[in-house]
Amino acid sequence: MERITIDPVTRLEGHGKIEIFLDPDGEVANAYFQIPELRGFERFCVGRPVEEMPTLTNRICGVCPEAHHMAAAKAADAVYHVDPPRTAKLLRELLYSAFYVTDHTTHFYALGGPDFVVGPDAPAAERNILGVLAKVGMEVGGKVIEARKNGHHVIEMIGGRKIHPVTAVPGGMTQGITHDQRNEIEKIGRSAIEFAQFSLGIFDQVVLGNDAYKEMVLSDAYTHRTYYMGMVDANNKVNFYDGQVSIMSPDGARVGTYAPAEYRDWIAEHVEPWTYLKFPYLKKIGWKGFVDGAESGVYCATPLSRLNTADGMATPLAQAAYERFFDTLAPKAESGGKRIVHHRLATHWARLIELLYAAERMVELATDPEITSTNVRTVPTEKPTEGVGTVEAPRGTLTHHYWTDERGVLTAVNLVVGTTNNYAPMAMSIKKAAQSLIHKGTVVHQGLLNRVEMAFRLYDPCFGCATHSLPGEMPLQVAIRNSDGEVIEVLSQHC
Amino acid sequence: MSPAAKPAAKPKLAIFGAASCGGCDIAIVNIHEHIVDVAAAFDIVLWPTIMDGKYSDIEAMADGEITITLVSGSMRTDVTVHLAKLLRRKSQFMVSFGSCASEGCIPGLANLSSRKEILDTAFSTSSTDNPDGLRPVWECQVPEGVLRLPEFEPVLRTLDQVVEVDYTIPGCPPESNQIWAALEAVVKALNGTGPLPPKGSVLGAGESTVCDECARKRDVKKISQFVRIQQVAKFDPEICLLEQGLPCNGSATRSGCGALCPAVSAPCIGCYGAAEGVVDYGARLMSAFASVVEATQPEEIDRVLDGIADPVGQFYRFSLAGSLLRSGRAAWQKDGE
Repeated sequence: MERITIDPVTRLEGHGKIEIFLDPDGEVANAYFQIPELRGFERFCVGRPVEEMPTLTNRICGVCPEAHHMAAAKAADAVYHVDPPRTAKLLRELLYSAFYVTDHTTHFYALGGPDFVVGPDAPAAERNILGVLAKVGMEVGGKVIEARKNGHHVIEMIGGRKIHPVTAVPGGMTQGITHDQRNEIEKIGRSAIEFAQFSLGIFDQVVLGNDAYKEMVLSDAYTHRTYYMGMVDANNKVNFYDGQVSIMSPDGARVGTYAPAEYRDWIAEHVEPWTYLKFPYLKKIGWKGFVDGAESGVYCATPLSRLNTADGMATPLAQAAYERFFDTLAPKAESGGKRIVHHRLATHWARLIELLYAAERMVELATDPEITSTNVRTVPTEKPTEGVGTVEAPRGTLTHHYWTDERGVLTAVNLVVGTTNNYAPMAMSIKKAAQSLIHKGTVVHQGLLNRVEMAFRLYDPCFGCATHSLPGEMPLQVAIRNSDGEVIEVLSQHC
Repeated sequence: MSPAAKPAAKPKLAIFGAASCGGCDIAIVNIHEHIVDVAAAFDIVLWPTIMDGKYSDIEAMADGEITITLVSGSMRTDVTVHLAKLLRRKSQFMVSFGSCASEGCIPGLANLSSRKEILDTAFSTSSTDNPDGLRPVWECQVPEGVLRLPEFEPVLRTLDQVVEVDYTIPGCPPESNQIWAALEAVVKALNGTGPLPPKGSVLGAGESTVCDECARKRDVKKISQFVRIQQVAKFDPEICLLEQGLPCNGSATRSGCGALCPAVSAPCIGCYGAAEGVVDYGARLMSAFASVVEATQPEEIDRVLDGIADPVGQFYRFSLAGSLLRSGRAAWQKDGE
């Protein structure tokens, strides 16, 4: 059997690898997406004091350490049965909103955006941030760099460091912010709102204004009907920092909403021996393999999932963008349920709507009268036991679960990490795109392979975040092998 | 950006991430506008996170053809070890970039456990559905063929435990201003406007300790017990955190970060590694801790030190894999195979 290897695509923890097997007729028989590395945090965090988890688990991911920092701090709060002061929670969410602005910005301009803005079939050398700038104007480059810089500046002001923040601890924060810092953060938040609106304008102009792209977004190759997961507030609006986790069925029925501590009633993780990463699925539906539909427990946790799961956005401009998103892509709900968008490439649009929400939320939080209060810590008084902390990481619902002894030293750790939620959907999207685009006699050319890659890039898997920069190109190597495993042709994608 | 299209005189730069979190790459990207200077000064031949990751191109190069290679991440699988050796052969200068490559970092704490314990834990957590007790296998037969995975090594190793290293840039991650300072020094050396740092140098960091960069006042008080950060609502913002009882690693840790963590009332956790001249990080830290204890009798000092909740983590949080200890005994136990 012939095989096509795409290696390395990624770096989640190391480099991802896609193996596409062709049957004797040259059609795609199967595709495997392997994660070839493991570091073992769940083991070596045992024995560590629980208050160290916000800094230890930062090191799971240097791209989204803020997500682990917050999930760990919340889990540690829960271990100590302590409720941090309101200001501490506001500060954590403010840091987290600034992080979302930075993270979603870089994904759109450097990673996911080039596929659309420059075009999926453009020469690889142009399909990067520089190509984006050439198309939309160099002055945009300044705005992107400024947005990233500003975001990291806010993260450092509140979190102490630009990468791997240190200030969230059990019971709150190590310290608050000054009035001057607050003023600066508000100003940065306001410019982020403008920037988010500007970015949605670019999406309108470049993608929605182009019939060929629109057709690709709506095409079957990039459509999957799965369950969706996302965190919602008390009004069922999207929230990144706190709330309950909600599940939506493929036809738009709310299956349930659970408190983070109940996650094991809802999620289980399937194991395959050919990869180091597990495949989470909905326990009540069951693991039925790499298939979509209402019978399969496969779910997705992404910006698109969060919009599908929530009834709306909690800020006015983002809410208007949310309405327009569904009016455009899913004008009518199926069978009286909620409107759902199954077109996976629309995730890029959803991400920009979240960018706008995060920016608006930054301003809301920065202008809260209590944000500069010095009351940022509650000292725990109860005996530490067990606790769960969940946040919405940009790449999916992130859950940390800790058990400690009576000294607050960890005895067990369970982590269900953002990108992991989407492992099965990513594998399915890759296979479907390959099946739709590779047929007998098809010459495997770079644009085609890039479209396979686009199938997982839209999920913004964590390895991709590192690609949020110059020149923003995914490495791609393809070896076509015969049934003996001999390489008969090699194609590669250069910058 | 193919090598052939560049003027032959431009030095070649490779950036490779082994087992890592990606934070080192983000820190490089965060040199912001200087990334353009890097692109101007070097022909970047490999940066898999950012651009084409063709290892076959590297294999085809002459030995020593790459001027400088930055390696972040630790040596966790046979594949990363292989690539590190390959890059060493092809490079004139090999730089150990960041804590993982240089001393093992947080993932080096895995060396307190055996490979079996690590895999068993990951594949049997309370949310894992694994009735058959499956574990990843290096060669897996699937209906369509064989799928291969890199082999998880018994212990995590640092870069210099696998290949010869010329320079080290410490930090988890290195601060971006320091990255640029280090690269600028190398650029100047290569174009003849500056001296080449002596082999073995630590670049992009200071020669003293984090305490020397810290604005907090020291030698103000002694402690009778250690506290944990959640037990104290507010630390005095002017006084040394260690002298307020919080285990802070600044006294053994290399300067270079600007003492960012103590500035926000969080302890130094030691991410810049051992200070200049320190052979054993943990031993240095332990003596520094003992020196602030208000006691004269060794037993009394021991009693206070016993208040440290996790001695191994406290004294070797970032440096276990690179330390004289390297690992706990469990890591070398047979895998139960």
